[in-house]
Amino acid sequence: MTDATTAIEKPASQMRAIWQQFRTHKGALFGLIVLGTLILAVVLGPFLWVPEKMSVAKAIMLKNQGPSWRFPLGTDQLGRDMLARMLDAGKVSLAVGFVAMMIAIFVGTTIGILAGYFKRLDGPLMRLTDMFLALPLIPLLLVMVMLFRDRIAGLVGPEMGAFLLIVFAIGVTSWMQAARIVRGEVLALKEREYVLAARSIGAIPRRIILRHILPNVVSPVMVAATLGVAEAIITESVLSFLGLGFPPDFPTWGRLLYDGLSYMQIYPERVIWPGVAISLTVLSVNYIGDGLRDALDPRIRGR
Amino acid sequence: MLDQTAKPLVEVSDLKMYFPIYSGVLRRHTGDVKAVDGVSFNILEGETLGLVGESGCGKSTVGRALLRLYEPTAGSVVIGGEDIATLAPEALRKKRPSMQMVFQDPQASLNPRMTVAGIISEPLVEHTDWTAERRLERVLELMDAVGLNRRFANRFPHEFSGGQRQRIGIARALALNPKFIVCDEPIAALDVSIQAQVVNLLEDLQERLGLTYLFISHDLSMVRHIADRVAVMYLGRIAELSPRDALFANPLHPYAEALLSAVNEPDPNRARRERIILQGDVPSPANPPKGCNFCTRCPKAFARCHQEKPELVEVQPGRQVACFLYEENTAVGSTASVEATELNQQGETK
Repeated sequence: MTDATTAIEKPASQMRAIWQQFRTHKGALFGLIVLGTLILAVVLGPFLWVPEKMSVAKAIMLKNQGPSWRFPLGTDQLGRDMLARMLDAGKVSLAVGFVAMMIAIFVGTTIGILAGYFKRLDGPLMRLTDMFLALPLIPLLLVMVMLFRDRIAGLVGPEMGAFLLIVFAIGVTSWMQAARIVRGEVLALKEREYVLAARSIGAIPRRIILRHILPNVVSPVMVAATLGVAEAIITESVLSFLGLGFPPDFPTWGRLLYDGLSYMQIYPERVIWPGVAISLTVLSVNYIGDGLRDALDPRIRGR
Repeated sequence: MLDQTAKPLVEVSDLKMYFPIYSGVLRRHTGDVKAVDGVSFNILEGETLGLVGESGCGKSTVGRALLRLYEPTAGSVVIGGEDIATLAPEALRKKRPSMQMVFQDPQASLNPRMTVAGIISEPLVEHTDWTAERRLERVLELMDAVGLNRRFANRFPHEFSGGQRQRIGIARALALNPKFIVCDEPIAALDVSIQAQVVNLLEDLQERLGLTYLFISHDLSMVRHIADRVAVMYLGRIAELSPRDALFANPLHPYAEALLSAVNEPDPNRARRERIILQGDVPSPANPPKGCNFCTRCPKAFARCHQEKPELVEVQPGRQVACFLYEENTAVGSTASVEATELNQQGETK
């Protein structure tokens, strides 16, 4: 154990070790590729695939077409090119999904850690969480959108306004699960001996939280986050469906799904395309989360 | 070993640590678990005080209350002239470097997501403004001191064996050059061959760095090996506090006698000491007996034992015992306070 070799092992770069482990997770790699493709498609796609300009009368003639070279995914009931709409919709849906998830996870983790670590905050914060859980979310969202839509639209324009409002509304109404999970985890972690050891060293609570507690709640947070993306995309589509999200002519995956719903019997592909896109996003985010969780745990890494 | 002229580094007087019990619909305070109930002792500079007793008698709680990892209910803990029990948070933080702890379970006391270098340098990050290079240098120095290969600095705790992990814990405790270290059963989770290594390391470090230890253990032969004086605890109170050799040769308190009779004798040829087997169970610390805590199981208990609590008094030079058997001789008289609030007495003799 104490032989003469004293050369210190290189601090095997953390990022590199994490990537090495991540690579071994087949599902995570698959998820990363799929999600990367989706993001590339919605970012670059609109530049590569420019739908032909045509008059309304001509478009109506070309409505409800099946897939063809001219319209790879067909056209909708107003003769609009489905591929172009899917690409536009994806940009908004993915942005809403990820931003809303980040807000929810940030708020949820913060509240969960504060409630779990500081006994005095536990009661008030958890009652607040219960209160949010007890609120009927859809009516609440409707009221929020009704009240603030015009005001925000006046400030940053109707589309950006709708985006901000929706992301914020979804974020602040879906953090409760994460907060509860994190609180439970923190309650258990804070009794561990290494936290006690940190206290005996004289570490201040902020550092104990950042150094010992936060890294150890990563796994449940990761799971909550991946589920949160899916939920946010769906909630956005519900809002849009109810006419309180984005303007009706502004495509999102959820919107396309609901538009296609009434034609599902005749043109099932109208529902399948956005459905597949949402499912693929959710699935790949889920797998990436799974892979990341393993890669971030040194006990699993290198095994 | 026992140098009477050395001045005490740690002075504990009448330390009490009660954990409240709340019950009923209104969560009313209905009682306390008296984990530590009036413990007093001194630890001299450079000395090792062994603290022994059976599971649940409050040994670890004493250790943790000493470093104020728990807020003591009453009493004072003076370490190096300052009362830890009442120190303000910031002053306490400043004081932390001089007193450290080695934990029982080396697996649980190391953060699985930090490297060895990260773990050992944590106290340095907290209490110094050194650069990363200087910290690493100190970490490597500490790893040498506890006999860990420098190459392992960037490994994670799960890659080590139990003994190595305990060395990491010891290195962390040593990082800030403490004067006083509480060893909370540092060897209980290790197998026998490793125990000796760790104990010898602790002794070696004590010699080199002039450390003072409170060595908590239930392994009597290890305590006999490392401690200068030994305190025997029973149900939250100290039964006997004696120099090691005197205690092991001739235990005074009936509980100490019974406890020591359970130590295995390694030499099979030597006559085996007669074992004293105690009857019954330890009373609940939430509801201790009215008189002496040991009176329910004591083979030598008499009437007074069921009425009053004996105080820890010096009966021979350097030997303190809390037992009426010896108090009679020294004629100290009744110093015990009768606790009138007990609901239920459990004091019938077996």
